[in-house]
Amino acid sequence: MKRRPKVNALSFIPIGVFLLAWEILGHYSQTPLFPPLSKVVVQFFNLLENGTLLKSLGASFTRVFIGYTLGCLAGIFIGALMGVSRAVEYSLRPLISILFPIPTLGWLPLLMLWIGINEALPVVLIFICAFFPVAYNTLTGIKEVKKEYIKTARTLGASSWYIFWHVILPMASPNIFTGLRLEAGMVWRTVIAAEMFAIPTGIGALLINGETLIRVDIIMVCLVVLSLMCFFFEQVFLWLENKATGSWRERCL
Amino acid sequence: MSLIKLCNVTTQHCLKNVNLEIDAGELVVVLGFTGAGKSTLLNVIAGLTEYQGEVYFKRKNMNNVPTEKRDIGYLLQDIYLFPHLNTFENIAFGLRAGGWRKTQITAKVEEIMELMHIAHLRKRYPKDLSGGEKQRIGLARSLVRQPQILLLDEPLSSLDPATAKDIRRELKELHKSLNLTMLYVTHDFVEAQELADRIVVLVEGELKQTGSAQEVFSRPSEEIRDFILAYGLG
Repeated sequence: MKRRPKVNALSFIPIGVFLLAWEILGHYSQTPLFPPLSKVVVQFFNLLENGTLLKSLGASFTRVFIGYTLGCLAGIFIGALMGVSRAVEYSLRPLISILFPIPTLGWLPLLMLWIGINEALPVVLIFICAFFPVAYNTLTGIKEVKKEYIKTARTLGASSWYIFWHVILPMASPNIFTGLRLEAGMVWRTVIAAEMFAIPTGIGALLINGETLIRVDIIMVCLVVLSLMCFFFEQVFLWLENKATGSWRERCL
Repeated sequence: MSLIKLCNVTTQHCLKNVNLEIDAGELVVVLGFTGAGKSTLLNVIAGLTEYQGEVYFKRKNMNNVPTEKRDIGYLLQDIYLFPHLNTFENIAFGLRAGGWRKTQITAKVEEIMELMHIAHLRKRYPKDLSGGEKQRIGLARSLVRQPQILLLDEPLSSLDPATAKDIRRELKELHKSLNLTMLYVTHDFVEAQELADRIVVLVEGELKQTGSAQEVFSRPSEEIRDFILAYGLG
């Protein structure tokens, strides 16, 4: 088994240097456009205390959660269907190949006109963001299961249904998890963009407000929170992935 | 009465009019060179490939019976243990798929693991097993359902000679103690000689010769003779 690179004291040195440099440069720059770390931390607690931060985060989180869950479920379902049925694969693959390369945010203007500015907009956007890669990874994962395993399972008396649940899906799960994990970070980037452009609530909206009011400290608070959320989401899926598949294959880092 | 009977079996690319009968409790080795159609022959019996002609199990025509209902064990060359299941679960796979009760499954699997000397590997996953261990587990997985016939497709070709010899001996013992019917495919003369009750020689999709090891090697068909002259007896 590969050795997991440890997070040790060395990892914290660059972070420490970075934070220290931020504080010192911010302190001596004397411009509101570059506040020192300490001011940003204070602002963080201010926003936390008056509820703005949690409210915004809650709004973004709800959108991400709903859109991402639906997108992943639909993606796994369609991907699995394509994986087990040639007919479904041949009929859907061209369509998906055409739609997949469109950057998620490219859909935004169209969806704004179709759906309007409301809560459904970011949810649909996030759905699209999650759906295609997850479907694609599910399909790939299923396709990569060697025919010999299925053959073997059949000689052991297993029905097609049993083979799907107990051989194909578990063996495709590393690929499916990769899709889920990559998109877990991606949907945060997408929801922020949507909120910056179109939706007046959420972390993205708070960011844009910070810009309008020339409050760089608020912007920086938002960026830090975003970075943490992306990181946290990806870690959750990494943890789940290792929990589900770590015993039988090499762990993911 | 023969257990398995093939009548005029022909496949698109390989087999030509193959007729073969295997008795219950017999260990038949199919000897042939690469491309002779040995694996195809097993696939026909397993129902994993299209064919013309008839396949009978105990006088019952199996042509329309799908693989999962044929009651066979099939050990492929690379074993293909399910990577996401540990040894116990790999062996239990066929029983779970067949809807056996939990207590029965545990008892059956434990019993076969004892028999094959692999009980200590119970919790290991395939990635942490050696080639020989995988072979034994694969064998146990096929045998635990007590199939009518065990099909083996060059199962030892990727092992080192010593391990292969060990497992051949165990196979032979299992064959005797369980009165197991086996069809064993190989291109290895030594293996064929060591194992077979009866050898059938397959050349370019046709059955050329059948008989005991002694018969086949003392009065070899033209093709076998050429081969032995060219390469020796291994």
